[in-house]
Amino acid sequence: MESYEILESTGVATRDMFENLLPSSERRAKGPYIVMECYEEIPCNPCVTSCKFGAVQMEELNKCPHVDYEKCVGCANCVSHCPGLACFMINETVGDGKIDITFPYELKPVPAKGDIVNALDRKGAVVGKAEIVRVLSGPRMDHTNVITMRVDKELIYDARNISLE
Amino acid sequence: MKFSDIVVIGGGPAGMSAALAAADAGVRVTMMDRGQVLGGQLIKQTHRFFGSERERAGTRGIEIVKILRQQIAENKNIEVLKNTECLGIYSDGVISYETDGKYGLMTGEKVIIATGAAEKMLQFENNDLPGVYGAGAVQTLMNVYGIQPGQKVLMIGAGNIGLIVSYQLMQAGVQVAAIVEAMPKIGGYKVHASKVARMGVPILTRKTCKAALGTDHVTGAVLADMDEHFQIIPGTEEEIEVDTICLAVGLAPLSELVSQTRCKMRYIPQLGGFVPERDENLELTAKGYYVAGDVSCIEEATAAMIEGSIAGLSAAIATGMNHPEIIGKRDEWIKQLENLRSGKTGAKIRSGFAVMNGGK
Ligand SMILES: Cc1cc2nc3c(=O)[nH]c(=O)nc-3n(C[C@H](O)[C@H](O)[C@H](O)COP(=O)(O)OP(=O)(O)OC[C@H]3O[C@@H](n4cnc5c(N)ncnc54)[C@H](O)[C@@H]3O)c2cc1C
Ligand code: SF4
Ligand code: SF4
Repeated sequence: MESYEILESTGVATRDMFENLLPSSERRAKGPYIVMECYEEIPCNPCVTSCKFGAVQMEELNKCPHVDYEKCVGCANCVSHCPGLACFMINETVGDGKIDITFPYELKPVPAKGDIVNALDRKGAVVGKAEIVRVLSGPRMDHTNVITMRVDKELIYDARNISLE
Repeated sequence: MKFSDIVVIGGGPAGMSAALAAADAGVRVTMMDRGQVLGGQLIKQTHRFFGSERERAGTRGIEIVKILRQQIAENKNIEVLKNTECLGIYSDGVISYETDGKYGLMTGEKVIIATGAAEKMLQFENNDLPGVYGAGAVQTLMNVYGIQPGQKVLMIGAGNIGLIVSYQLMQAGVQVAAIVEAMPKIGGYKVHASKVARMGVPILTRKTCKAALGTDHVTGAVLADMDEHFQIIPGTEEEIEVDTICLAVGLAPLSELVSQTRCKMRYIPQLGGFVPERDENLELTAKGYYVAGDVSCIEEATAAMIEGSIAGLSAAIATGMNHPEIIGKRDEWIKQLENLRSGKTGAKIRSGFAVMNGGK
């Protein structure tokens, strides 16, 4: 099956779809960057309007977003604004064989900094442990918490969610 | 008899936008809704909305309602009748309604109908068992009254409603055993599908619910695979344990009142079923009557609000408020609606209107 067909029948984006979105290796080595896992053309654009750095381009409302990685500073503002919860920030410069993945989280309870939790893959299966290294919540985020988890760098494609027990 | 320049029937996002647009153009509006509060479907939508930023995308549905309610409360040209159900529209234009148990009659120079849609049912064995719900009812229980409908749910339908209500169930601490979908592809936005998938909810395409199990309430469901012709493949049945079955298999326009205007009605599946023929300004073939929102085309709230603005301004213009500025504003909304429907997700709606306009 074609990658896009897999997404269409399961909701799970394949590894090659994700890898196609990644910036150059130089940019990845520089610091945090955003990946917009928004593979389908839908009428939506808060990723564009929430970026104060003009880093997100979209030909028109019904097209997919494209990130200009020269402009993206990795501020993660778009993460809490995207209604599809499709924006993830990745930082491959933390060292020690680890990476940070920042993602939107709308469940209760909200984990605390320092917690060790399960890292879940795109199907909700446990793929390893994650350390919570940052939690942004509050009225300005309007109930979409922005959480940063530290996981093994091999989980760059897999880890997309957490479970607390 | 009561009279208003414009009567708006239905106070969902379409009706509220219509009332605001007409009132801002300077006419007096009476809006009735059978609910206790204004907002229609939106009062249950706790998730962030799609669409363009201009139509408040990224904002939660419940927040959009608050903004519209506030604007309506501050607008002196709008009278709101809550708990008021429109019962019928007579051939002489008289509108009958029931308000708090009392019967009333009124007329309006122009009438905008924005009554929204009703959920469709699905045929399967035991579908009348307690524990089988429509997705709308599940959402109302959870998001309006804070009640969990059950502990373990089977969702039927992977359109946006099935996906979003599954997500909201998980947020409320209810387990979703699976989402089944008869089609080979997920109908809703893939970003919604991905977010429920990573919470561990399997989305099973070409699958349906053959029967509900249980004697006095749901204790399980029989799932089965479907072939290309949507027939159950014998021998593929499997039982799962759930206490709730939630149907999200589509909406049908609530167009009874519309058809009472004696306008031309058409059966157009792409638009959701029996819908009225209407022109670009949203006027029906029965002159003086306008529609907006899900009642004439099952779409989404962004489109419903834009249609409301178009219908409200068109009706105001027809009462004589035909300043170039107001006409210009309406034409701008018409362009914006076209833009919204121009993409891949708008293809079905476009083909529906092609049928309507092609006279097929
Ligand atoms: C689960 C779910 C998720 C959704 N998510 C999104 C989303 O993310 N983005 C988006 O844009 N859209 C979304 N929608 C769709 C959106 O809610 C609807 O398209 C929109 O509410 C339609 O607006 P409307 O005003 O036409 O109808 P409604 O909202 O249905 O309002 C109709 C109103 O008319 C009243 N009424 C009906 N009959 C009568 C009568 N005889 N007399 C008096 N009053 C009457 C009703 O009480 C109701 O208040 C979602 C819908 C659902 C169910
Ligand atoms: S992370 Fe910040 S700079 Fe990068 S795209 Fe998102 S909002 Fe823009
Ligand atoms: S805001 Fe999110 S869902 Fe909407 S287009 Fe941008 S990335 Fe996609």
